[in-house]
Amino acid sequence: MTLLYSDVEEELRAAVRALLADRCPPSAMAARAGEEPLYDAGVWKALACDIGVAGLLVPEELGGAGASPREAAVVLEELGRGVAPVPFLTSSVMATKALLAAGTDAATELLGPLAEGRTTAALAVSFAASPYAAAPDTVTASPRAAARDTVTAEDGTLTGRVTAVAGAEAADVFLVPASGALYAAEATGVQPSVSLDVTRPVAVVTFDAAAATLVAPDLGPLRAALELGAGLLASEQLGVAEWCLATTVGYVTERRQFARPVGSFQAIKHRLADLWLAIVQARAAARNAADAAATGADTATAAAVAQAWCGTVAVRAAEECLQLHGGIGMTWEHPLHLFLKRAKAGEIALGTPGDHRDALTGAAGLPAPA
Amino acid sequence: MTADETTIVERAREFLAGHDPDAMGREAFLRARYDAGLAWVHFPPGLGGLGAPRGLQAVVEREFDGTPQLDVGRQAIGLGMAAPTLLTFGTEEQKRRFLRPLWTGEELWCQLFSEPGAGSDLATLATRAVRDGDDWVVDGQKVWTSGAHMARWAIMVARTDPDVPKHQGLTYFVCDMHASGVEVRPLRQITGEAEFNEVFLTGVRLPDTLRLGAVGEGWRVAQTTLMNERVAIGGTPGRRGGGMMALITETWRTRPELRTHDLHRRLLELWVEAEVTRLAAVRLREQLAAGTPGPEGSGMKLAFARLNQALSGAEVELLREEGLAYDDWTFRRSDTVDFVGRGPGYRYLRAKGNSIEGGTSEILRTIVAERVLGLPAEPRADKDVPWKDLPR
Repeated sequence: MTLLYSDVEEELRAAVRALLADRCPPSAMAARAGEEPLYDAGVWKALACDIGVAGLLVPEELGGAGASPREAAVVLEELGRGVAPVPFLTSSVMATKALLAAGTDAATELLGPLAEGRTTAALAVSFAASPYAAAPDTVTASPRAAARDTVTAEDGTLTGRVTAVAGAEAADVFLVPASGALYAAEATGVQPSVSLDVTRPVAVVTFDAAAATLVAPDLGPLRAALELGAGLLASEQLGVAEWCLATTVGYVTERRQFARPVGSFQAIKHRLADLWLAIVQARAAARNAADAAATGADTATAAAVAQAWCGTVAVRAAEECLQLHGGIGMTWEHPLHLFLKRAKAGEIALGTPGDHRDALTGAAGLPAPA
Repeated sequence: MTADETTIVERAREFLAGHDPDAMGREAFLRARYDAGLAWVHFPPGLGGLGAPRGLQAVVEREFDGTPQLDVGRQAIGLGMAAPTLLTFGTEEQKRRFLRPLWTGEELWCQLFSEPGAGSDLATLATRAVRDGDDWVVDGQKVWTSGAHMARWAIMVARTDPDVPKHQGLTYFVCDMHASGVEVRPLRQITGEAEFNEVFLTGVRLPDTLRLGAVGEGWRVAQTTLMNERVAIGGTPGRRGGGMMALITETWRTRPELRTHDLHRRLLELWVEAEVTRLAAVRLREQLAAGTPGPEGSGMKLAFARLNQALSGAEVELLREEGLAYDDWTFRRSDTVDFVGRGPGYRYLRAKGNSIEGGTSEILRTIVAERVLGLPAEPRADKDVPWKDLPR
């Protein structure tokens, strides 16, 4: 186990960071926020195919890079630092993990094109779904599909509606929990919602007798995907927080009031020192979650600890960033709002900090009161 | 195992095969372990080490599990602060004279830094050292000196030139605590005991061979001590849910009648904070294995102070009626620093010191802001003024 970054991870980071800085810097995104969907198919194609992030978690024999969650986490740090509007977390981490965990022929068949970046997938669950709660039965598999216990249920259909699905606008295929099993299907309709997080909007996805393929006979793979997503979301939140701290430090060093830089006032310095410490802790927790996911040791606890901490830290970093920028922080023009929106939505995503703390009751040896 | 690891393991096993602590006694065993280079493996050969990577210390400790151990409570200042400073700034003679008995615990160390008028603003200190032939004559008063009543030696900063600005006129010494003119008086603390002292220095003669580093370079030498101090206080990763957390968890687990929803929520929050702090300390250790302590140690000390205070406060509250009781107000000289020993009331009171000793949390935040984040310094009225002209 190590909580440091390897040279390979740093190289991957540099490649992703350079591409994002070139193709979709936060300032450019802020300029076009609200005017058009922020999802950037061109940037995603470059990331997915040229750098190869889409297949990071897919084994080499299935057409992927055979890397581990540690590398995926570093990519997420950079995507967080750039609030990049790409479906890496939803497709290359969560949907990919569900298919890997399912391990059926139907699942494997979907993985190849995903790994190459030719197709994109999403879990048809609310982005606010907690890994600790049962998936709500909003989609029903037709009796024929539900009765099948083989993986060749190509003539089964799905009917229902799922709200607050992340990564939906880019998804070619959805992995849908229905009637206690996991199916793959194309959506009948994807209706984008007006979302708090404009760089990762959510949508209402409908299935109206949609043709579906059985991917797994139970929802184990879905839970595995939600758990990995939660654990690695911490790395994205770390990236968001790091951008906010660095940007704030830069601003208070430049901005002068009372004839001296604002950052020379102790009231400001101490707040930023405390924020720095919270981010140091977030980095260790996020690295630990990624490392645990890679080694398979104690993954649930590591993910819950990271999520309980990092979601809150990202929000705090963005809120401090806003306050310390003064009025400029409240403007549409400054990219900070993209980070605050990403941070607050991310805090709710895949379980709130409170959900994750409750899940640690057993690991902490702190049973709830009767 | 790496080649390095294999060599170290072989060396340790070979040593253990030839040295039976029961037959030779604790001190002789520890001396022999030091001479074999298996004390602190990253120290140079001849000084208790093998010049090996710091990370291999854990391998050595594993091999020496169950053999006579150091008394880290009594030896904390020697091991954590004096030793790294001696190693960096000491002459060969000083290193050979001091490091072995320091490591074995035959000679204990204390730290004569703080003064009644110089705590957070350490560089204003007024204890004078005046050159007299081959000696220095020291006069002044130090305070908050843990373990001075047991110490054989002290690391000390004194003013050797009052005519230059305060950071420049300081020199670092090893003070002989048995020298004539050294008087140690206990200071009774909030807990009822006296773990620290006032130290009065009156005409204390120290030979120049006890000077550490160049004359006037004391501040730079002291920085090494202080950085190591913060790492020593804040940077030791325990086990998950250990330390202060383990005590409160045990009470929670065995006393279901005390549980409330409010405390459950707060304890889970603190458990998460303790865990992320532990992980950050693990990560800091990994970084240290490759280099020297940076200002990050200040962050860990900040975190542990806050945690200890929050946890010990919650523990007294959890206990309700029993929290109204205190274990013992008897005045005693404690011979070890034990943050988690004794009862919950003691822990609550002792933890208050965690954000003061070894640099207050306020000073550490300023250090982080300026040295890690690079924020501009506050305007300083005392920087370019000779020490003797500073208003006092």
